[in-house]
Amino acid sequence: MNSIDALKELLYKMADDQLIIGHRNSEWTGLGPILEEDIAFSSMAQDKIGQSEHLYNLLNQLGEADADTVAFTRNANQFHSSKLVELPIGDYSFSLIRHFLFDFSEYLRFEALRSSAYEPLAQVSKKFFGEIKYHTMHANTWVNQLGNGNEESHRKMQESLNFAWNYALGIFEPGPAENVLVDEYIFIGEESLKNRWLDTIIPLLKKSGLTIPSEDTWKPIYGGRTGVHTENLQPLLEEMTEVYSIDPSADW
Amino acid sequence: MITEAYIREELKQVKDPEIPTISIVDLGIVTGIKIDNTDVHVTLTPTFAGCPALRLMEEMVVDHLNTNNKLGNISVETSFETTWTTDLITPEGHVAIKKHGLAPPRRNCSNISMEILESTNCPYCDSENTSMKSPFGPTLCRSLHYCNNCKQAFEGFKPV
Repeated sequence: MNSIDALKELLYKMADDQLIIGHRNSEWTGLGPILEEDIAFSSMAQDKIGQSEHLYNLLNQLGEADADTVAFTRNANQFHSSKLVELPIGDYSFSLIRHFLFDFSEYLRFEALRSSAYEPLAQVSKKFFGEIKYHTMHANTWVNQLGNGNEESHRKMQESLNFAWNYALGIFEPGPAENVLVDEYIFIGEESLKNRWLDTIIPLLKKSGLTIPSEDTWKPIYGGRTGVHTENLQPLLEEMTEVYSIDPSADW
Repeated sequence: MITEAYIREELKQVKDPEIPTISIVDLGIVTGIKIDNTDVHVTLTPTFAGCPALRLMEEMVVDHLNTNNKLGNISVETSFETTWTTDLITPEGHVAIKKHGLAPPRRNCSNISMEILESTNCPYCDSENTSMKSPFGPTLCRSLHYCNNCKQAFEGFKPV
């Protein structure tokens, strides 16, 4: 695999993660437990989907189809998103824990990519890095409040963390030609990113009174990066593309 | 002779569709003006990556400059080459934001925190006695606050 193919693989998994988590976030619109949370998840959905479009545009510049075609005409097995982001929104505690685990991984990914040797990716990463700080700040505030809240809120957060953990480790599924990206200073690689992520979130979770599962039980849930998904992705795509499927030229 | 300063003045007539008191120049998103005889090429940088007003602002630039019959072909592109931050908003821009009833963003906030957002002055009475209700508001660039002094809910322009 040459560096362009490896770069495309990186861009696809980032863009697909953003699009799918953006769609899941939008499912809280109108349903948030309080008005401010409804607005927060709706705003974050808008950020994520907007960012995904810019990443698809970078792919377009590398010869892939345009953003709408790529976003709306592929089947689940052509998506490179992690399994974590496609899971249903579930209980609010799960959505918050996923938001915390996923957004800190993105925060660190964008932080690292600001100095990518691939200049167009460095430029958008600088932009995204400024925006995602609001997401991690939001996630950390709620994880802290509810982790240290009452017995019920603590229990729900801990159970959601236990459930989400191995899926979250799956974010860092190694790419087939990451060494090429590392050698060319395009990306630091998933393993390094995972280590930065663990160093960042473990102290924050501890402060929130939450415990990560013991290391001997860690079994990263891979597959998403190579198009192997849970049963949850295809129905999500069908819902997301419902209007587009009826009329691909629809405009609003 | 068409100059960059001339075009910049023209673009002061183009207002942010969501905050109509501020021009796109004072918002700091006009990052390049190239002039070739009478042809003009304008570069904009996005405020927020997901901002739905971006394409609208591109169209507004073209439409506005097209009304000036001294100018030839007008083109606009969006580029991330210059990263927009709220520090690019001019002092006039801060006045315009306040005029719209929004608290202007603090300067030099590359390390945003809840504490910084909490300490937003009320745009109506200038009181520091305010509380932040939500870091997310009705548009991507706004947060929600409440003034404990004049008992008004207000919105702030988020520092990024």
